[in-house]
Amino acid sequence: MKEITDLTAAELSCKLQNKEISAIEVAESYLTNIKKNNDSLGAYLSTHPDITRKAAENAQNLLDKGLAKPLTGIPIAIKDNISTKDIKTTCASKLLENYTPVFDATVIEKIKDHGMVMLGKTNLDEFAMGISNENSAYFPAKNPWDLSRSPGGSSGGSAAAVAGNLAPLALGSDTGGSIRQPASFCGIFGFKPTYGRCSRYGLIAYGSSLDQIGPFARSVEDIALLANAISGNDHKEDTSLPQDPISYHEMKNGSLKGLKFAVPAELYDNQAFEEGVKTCFQNRLENLRKAGATIDIVHIPTIDLGVSCYYVIATAEASSNLARFDGIRFGNTLPTRHHKDQVALTRGKLFGREVKERIMIGTYVLSAESFEAYYIKAQKIRAVMVGEIDHILENYDAIISPTSPVTALKIGEQNNDPVASKLVDLSTIPCNMGGYPAISIPCGLANNLPVGMQVMTSRITDEKTLQIAYSIERELNIKVQNPTY
Amino acid sequence: MAEYTLSTGMEVHAELETDSKMFCRCPVEFGAEPNTRVCPVCLGMPGTLPVPNRKAIEFVLKTALALNCQIAKRSVFHRKNYFYPDLPKGYQISQFGDTNVLGHFGYLEVPTKNGGIKKINIRKVQIEEDTGKLMHLPSGGSGIDFNRAGVPLMEIVTDFPPDIETADEAKDYLVGLRQVLLYLKVCNGKMEEGSLRCEPNISIRVIGTDKYGTKTELKNLNSFRSVQHGIEYEYKRQVSLLENGESVKQETRGWDEGAEKTFPMRSKESEEDYKYFPDPDLVPMDFSDEYLEELKKTIPELPLAKYRRYQADYGLNHYDASILVAELSWSTYFDECIKMGGDPKLICNWMSSDFAKSLNETGQTFQSSLVTPKHLVELTTLIQKETISGKIGKDIFEISFKNGKMPSEIVQEKGLTQISDESVIEKYADEALKQNPELIDKYKSGQTNVIGFLVGQVMKQSKGRANPGIVQNIMKKKLDM
Ligand SMILES: [Zn+2]
Repeated sequence: MKEITDLTAAELSCKLQNKEISAIEVAESYLTNIKKNNDSLGAYLSTHPDITRKAAENAQNLLDKGLAKPLTGIPIAIKDNISTKDIKTTCASKLLENYTPVFDATVIEKIKDHGMVMLGKTNLDEFAMGISNENSAYFPAKNPWDLSRSPGGSSGGSAAAVAGNLAPLALGSDTGGSIRQPASFCGIFGFKPTYGRCSRYGLIAYGSSLDQIGPFARSVEDIALLANAISGNDHKEDTSLPQDPISYHEMKNGSLKGLKFAVPAELYDNQAFEEGVKTCFQNRLENLRKAGATIDIVHIPTIDLGVSCYYVIATAEASSNLARFDGIRFGNTLPTRHHKDQVALTRGKLFGREVKERIMIGTYVLSAESFEAYYIKAQKIRAVMVGEIDHILENYDAIISPTSPVTALKIGEQNNDPVASKLVDLSTIPCNMGGYPAISIPCGLANNLPVGMQVMTSRITDEKTLQIAYSIERELNIKVQNPTY
Repeated sequence: MAEYTLSTGMEVHAELETDSKMFCRCPVEFGAEPNTRVCPVCLGMPGTLPVPNRKAIEFVLKTALALNCQIAKRSVFHRKNYFYPDLPKGYQISQFGDTNVLGHFGYLEVPTKNGGIKKINIRKVQIEEDTGKLMHLPSGGSGIDFNRAGVPLMEIVTDFPPDIETADEAKDYLVGLRQVLLYLKVCNGKMEEGSLRCEPNISIRVIGTDKYGTKTELKNLNSFRSVQHGIEYEYKRQVSLLENGESVKQETRGWDEGAEKTFPMRSKESEEDYKYFPDPDLVPMDFSDEYLEELKKTIPELPLAKYRRYQADYGLNHYDASILVAELSWSTYFDECIKMGGDPKLICNWMSSDFAKSLNETGQTFQSSLVTPKHLVELTTLIQKETISGKIGKDIFEISFKNGKMPSEIVQEKGLTQISDESVIEKYADEALKQNPELIDKYKSGQTNVIGFLVGQVMKQSKGRANPGIVQNIMKKKLDM
């Protein structure tokens, strides 16, 4: 028989509703697993067993009274840059080491409203800036497939938790691939909804025009259940879309037969892509053709400028977003006599190297002398790239590519060549540039490490993304494997 | 020696009279306990997001339209980045540039002392959020009050080259602008509370040249008077610097009200780089022509139009028209009276003398007074038709002012109608002459001014009810007999 912690959220939900198991048992199973394995995995920065048990009791109450929703009683891990009332939210930064929000992020209100059970706050690159989780100011999260490797970033802790059976579901945030790339590295599903469909309220901002919260799970159905629970219009966010929550009702009604997929040559036939990744992806393309889908190779000429554009726009926004961390109202402060010294000292000592580097780049690109040459130019390229992608999506159901050109990196590897390692986000960044929904689907192993395939569709067609992902999962018989670590 | 002329650009900040702040739902209140009108959004807590206050945007658009501005087809919020303890997010949400701010390229015309009109071009009308306030704590050290952080603020900037060339014009502009804001009900206009803040920049140049001198910016001006005096002082200071072979430094100076002097606050030698960029948290705003047309319809008749109408249609002079339009409460009351058939000149006289005095003494307004336009029109009509005398009118006004009774009612009750019956007046006259026989001789000997005293006696006898004109005629007739 399967362990409780091997079940998907949908399976758990079924057993909870049928009273085969209790929400408390489910929570305890995960708490035990976390206690046993988090030290080696580093997935969670903090857990709160008392709060978890209390939430499980509440959930069981709802189940007993017949007031349960699909995800009532299901445990979830939360990336530690999503504000949780009365629970420390550190962004894996020393500066916020002791910061406890006084309010819940909208997505947290929603998961509480659904009677979900929070297990803890997961590790990330400091302020979500990084691709390997090594920029956490505390300790790096590890990849359950190989503990000497990174689970990816920035939502590495959330991905490691779901892949390592320390949570059935997790929330991450994705600014340039921070959900999809770790999902790919850890062999699970990770979904970035359309920009504006999940509220950003309470997500500690990195690149505001790119940031989006989304789910990690071990099946498309689980992704859809969680996406449904956390999405919908939020009057607390001006950029929130008016649409209803992401629906999963049509998810199972699709088929690969007749679907038209575009594969950008730039995201596949490129030297940045490892041979193993290419092979794995090509095999899946073959499977898709056999299942009745058409696949065309297309071109998105500006796509190789995406990474550069991203580092201009995201750092510009970050330099401004992180200005509020001046040590006056919240977080840690290094006091000095004069205000200006205090701000400089607090930020200088308590921000990590990568964060300071990005703030400096961002400040530079916004400065009067470089604004036109960098910021404005990047926005122009962004507009052209989005135009090119929109044009392709007018003629195709989805654009597919490997999620990442590489498999999980060795810890310590990424710092050797910062520019090359930024290419890891080559395929994921364009989705954030245009706000498109995109999901990473596990599509096999290369050298015994997971490879992911990304499916992106037009803006506000999240339901279609999920339907296609579900068809792929079913028709290509994709099963998430649980590595032993 | 060269003669210098003054050039002044005006930057005015007006706190908008909305119920809530610009990007959160905290109430806007002056004088509340520090840090009691705050929430995670206006404190800049991590993860919070701004949602614009539509009412505030409407207020600014309305003002921009009233100031004859063009409205941006697409307007954008920008972040102005700088560190300061009173700025919670490390940036202020503001607007930037010339044509994507809410309103641009408008003008304001204001009446001048000599009865002319001065046109002042306006560069832009934009919206931003206010900052918190630093304060010294009694216990030592400084505190920050964030109650004001996020209050919607409208910024109105005059165009360059500046149209304002005297301190008087600067004051006229500010008075005119304040009136417009009050008429639109978008700002309470209280300079002493900082709801309306004016920061003029001042430079001088040799008359007849177009080379503008170095600017200084003035702060701490919290009355019209300080604006006028501050600019005058700054003009003289700059002239004397140049005459002594020194130069004007680019700096911000404060106005010391007590000493009537400006003092250096901070130098502005290098322009700070605010790293403006469009705020990604806020969706650009588009305004349809239909929406703007609808909005235009809600703009009331503005002070200048009223000022012109009062002169052209009612024959009022510059002085009277200015007084009436200065406050919306005055012109509203006046217009209602005229609509009911009141005589403009009489109504104006009453409003600006006895009525204003009584309101002042009792702390009321025209709108809160028991004397409604209907009362005042009735009263002035009674006087105009000579039903009552002017003097009785004043008594009746006082009664009306206290208890709100209609003047006609009071006249009825107290029998105060004017006596114009000649036979009655003759009796009073005979009585007065009988009691003062020596005055008849004086009159006949040429001291005709004694008639005034005799008329006064008749008025006294009749308790002021006798028609003074008729009394005068009858008395003269009797003396000349
Ligand atoms: Zn607030």
